[in-house]
Amino acid sequence: MTNVLFLAFSALAIWSGWRVFRVDSMVRASFQLMVSFIAVGLIAVLLAAPYIGIATIFMMAVEMMVMALFMVMFMMNPAGLNPMMMVHQHRFSIAAGIVAFGGLVLAVLLSDLPSQPVPEGADVVRALGHELLGPSMLIFETAGVTLLATMIGAVVLSARSGRYGDSDAGSVPPGLTPGGEPAGRKPENGGGHHHHHHGGH
Amino acid sequence: MTLVSVLIVAAALIGIGLYGALSQQSFVMLMMGLELMLNGAILALMGFWSFSLGGMPKGQLLAIIVMAVMAVEMAVGFALVVAVYRKRQADTTESLATMKH
Repeated sequence: MTNVLFLAFSALAIWSGWRVFRVDSMVRASFQLMVSFIAVGLIAVLLAAPYIGIATIFMMAVEMMVMALFMVMFMMNPAGLNPMMMVHQHRFSIAAGIVAFGGLVLAVLLSDLPSQPVPEGADVVRALGHELLGPSMLIFETAGVTLLATMIGAVVLSARSGRYGDSDAGSVPPGLTPGGEPAGRKPENGGGHHHHHHGGH
Repeated sequence: MTLVSVLIVAAALIGIGLYGALSQQSFVMLMMGLELMLNGAILALMGFWSFSLGGMPKGQLLAIIVMAVMAVEMAVGFALVVAVYRKRQADTTESLATMKH
C-alpha cells in the first residue's frame, strides 16, 4: 500500500514539476508547482514525517497563491490564451538538467548509503518540538530573525521610494510599437513636459 | 519505497528545476525552477532522515530551515522583480544587459 502510494505521489510530483515549464499560462504553471509540492509533502507523510509533510503542504499552498497573484499582476499571457514558449539556451538547459539527474542518480546508486530507519512508533513530532524549543532553539530563532530581515529587505527593495530616491525615476515604459510613444503611465516629472514642448514647436 | 527510490525522485525534481532555472526567460518562471530544485532538496532530506538518521530530530529541523530558505528566496526574488520592473519595465532576463541603473 505504501509503495503504491509512493509511486503515485512520485509520478505526480515529477509530472506536475515537468508541466510547470510546459503549460501556456503562468498561473497554471504556479498551480502545477503547487501540485508538485503537495505530492512531495504527502511523500514526507509516508516517510513518517507528518509534521514536515503537512507544513510543506500548507506553506506551499499559500506561497503558490501569492505566486499566482504575481503572475497575473506582472507577466504577459497569464491566462494562457496564446501558446507560450519563452526559453533561451534551450539545448544547453536540457543537457544540464539531464546531466544533473544522471549524475545524482549515479551518485545515489554508487554510494554506500547508511541504513538506520525511524523506529516503529517513534514520537517524531514530539521529538521535533522538544528539539526546536530545546537544544536547537538558537538555530530556530535565527531562522525567525532571518525572515524579519527578509521582510525589511523586501519592503526596501520594492517600495516606490527606493533606497536611493524614487526607484522609478527616469523610467520610461516601452512603446506599443517599436520606437513608438511610451505605453501606459507617462513619466511625471521633466520627461513629459519636455516632450510636450517639443510637440508645441 | 526505499532510500534509493526516494533519492532518484528527488534527483528528477532537481534536474527538471535546473532545466527550468537555466532555460526560462521570465524572472518568475526562473524562480519556479529554483523552487522546484528546493522541492527536490527537501524530498532528499526527508528520505535521508527517514531511512538513515534513525529519527534524529535535527533532520526535521534542517527541513524547516530549508523551508525558511524557500520563503526568503521567494520574498527577495519578488521584491527584486518589482524593483527591476519599476526601474526598467523589464520582466525578462534578456532585457537586463547591465547591472547599472
